[in-house]
Amino acid sequence: MSDLVIQIRELTRAYHMGAEIVHALRGVSLDIRRNEYVAIMGPSGSGKSTLMNLIGCLDTPTSGEYWLNGQEVSRMPDDALARVRNREIGFVFQTFNLLPRASALANVELPLVYGGVSARERRRRAQAALHRVGLGDRMDHRPNELSGGQRQRVAIARALVNNPAILLADEPTGNLDSATSEEIMRVFETLHAQGQTVIMVTHEADIAAHAARIVLLKDGRIASDAPNRRGVAA
Amino acid sequence: MQIKDAIGEALETIRTQKLKSFFSLIGVLIGVTFLIAVVSIVQGMNVYMEDRFANKLVGLNTFQLRRMPNFSMGNISEETWREWARRPRINYAEARYIEGKMATPAIYSRYCSQNLPVSWAGKTANGVDIWTADAPMFQIKHLDLEAGRVFTPQEARLGQAVAVIGWEVGDKLFKGADPLGKSITIEGLPYRVVGLVSKQGTLFGFSLDKFVVVPFDSPVHRVACSLGFMDELHIQTENLASMQVALTEVEELMRMQRRLRPAQENNFAMQTAEGALEGWKKISAILMVALPMLVAISLVVGGIVIMNIMLMAVAERTREIGIRKALGAKRRDILAQFVVESATLSTVGAAIGIATGIGLAFLVRATTPLPAAVAPWSILLGVAIGVGVGMVAGVYPATRAAKLDPIRALSQE
Repeated sequence: MSDLVIQIRELTRAYHMGAEIVHALRGVSLDIRRNEYVAIMGPSGSGKSTLMNLIGCLDTPTSGEYWLNGQEVSRMPDDALARVRNREIGFVFQTFNLLPRASALANVELPLVYGGVSARERRRRAQAALHRVGLGDRMDHRPNELSGGQRQRVAIARALVNNPAILLADEPTGNLDSATSEEIMRVFETLHAQGQTVIMVTHEADIAAHAARIVLLKDGRIASDAPNRRGVAA
Repeated sequence: MQIKDAIGEALETIRTQKLKSFFSLIGVLIGVTFLIAVVSIVQGMNVYMEDRFANKLVGLNTFQLRRMPNFSMGNISEETWREWARRPRINYAEARYIEGKMATPAIYSRYCSQNLPVSWAGKTANGVDIWTADAPMFQIKHLDLEAGRVFTPQEARLGQAVAVIGWEVGDKLFKGADPLGKSITIEGLPYRVVGLVSKQGTLFGFSLDKFVVVPFDSPVHRVACSLGFMDELHIQTENLASMQVALTEVEELMRMQRRLRPAQENNFAMQTAEGALEGWKKISAILMVALPMLVAISLVVGGIVIMNIMLMAVAERTREIGIRKALGAKRRDILAQFVVESATLSTVGAAIGIATGIGLAFLVRATTPLPAAVAPWSILLGVAIGVGVGMVAGVYPATRAAKLDPIRALSQE
């Protein structure tokens, strides 16, 4: 059981849109083991963004349970969720979401800042993370001095710097050309091979194809959940 | 979170948006400038008034017995003026009586003055204060001699035509030549110069060296005073405590001589240095009450402007707030970031205000006779105001930032 990083039971999420209630998730159950590489797919409106926000602890469910790395996070208050996001989750966004005025190094240090890590230790770990994604020579560059692929590598370094339980990527190649996309996917594969649990939300089949397991959402429910036939062996 | 980073962010904002930042800080800047400048000038004036004004014009441990007060501030009614004008002048008999009956040791000098031209060898100094006084006047007024001597008791008693001249009179008439033994002309009569007083400096830009002292009974006396009367009797005691005793003694002796009944008010005045300062004290008290109100108004305006700037910053940086929250920033981290940023902005404004305030105070000192002394407490207060206004102004925008929903904040373009 301790092998399970994520346990989701009958998760629902409803939004009030004026007088109407929109059911974005209608009861999702999902287990993800340590060192899995999972892609969550689905057309727009399928609830995949809602599920990602819940997995990422940016949102709380209307009902159901969500256990992340042994803690039940579905009922946690705001500040406790912030701590979980800080310790357990590494986000990689479609639009990179780097702080524009901070250097690559400062961006990578940011989660450690909120984790209360000392300045010297922050620096050391941020440098190590940047080396790990191959940006050891770009640490003092600002995001606008880096290419799209390099920016996403900085974001990946930032996601990894706190050794999170899961790396949660939301359309990580959505803003990149296909060559750069392949490059970023190879980074994910390397991390996966090193033992990192990776969860990727995407609507692109050829990106999802890199994952070992594909979860397909439709109308707020899981339509299929299967190992990737073409998949890369774990 | 890390205060250093928030301060850095604020300084970066100021650096990249100099003009906008300047306008946003101008309220706090003006408020603090005003505070520092006014406090400096009032403080400088306090020192000046006590050190120079009171002690030069009246003298230390000294008071003057007069017909009416000579430093009176504020509105004096028509009746008061008429009452003062009806009062008898101080006469010789009264002065002699006081000198004879006083128990407190003191020195005395009768005094009258008149503005007259003084000439020597075809040169004339106009508007010179001619003092007719007794010899102790030099001691009472702390007039040290640069050359020569004061008049002798014999010269004083006989009312001989000898003069001790002020520094500026000597400079004007003799241009560096030795004035001693020369014969200057006052009211058509020759006076022999026996002494030269060292330089006294200025008071509010007016020279304190444009005077000539002659014996009280010398010929010019008939122009300066009515016969048998004096403008003032100067009385100096050894210290402040004995001066207080002397004041009550003189009051009693005068009331006795003038046969005033207990219900009747004094028909004479006793002017002390303290009394001369009264008017100034009123003015400075008013300034010190009005100042906080004026400063408060500009600070309220300044605070509102900063609050607006911070609300704009929160709106512009919504996505950044979302990123920070996704990476683990708690509400209070975001709150602290924006409060510190706001306080930093405001403190920079206050710092500039302190600098311009000090500059203004020194400018006033350099270009006007008004003195200025920067009070250290006003600088500390200025900094505290900067931090305080910034923090108060930052709370509301920072609260809004802290409450942002991370998902919505992240989807902001």
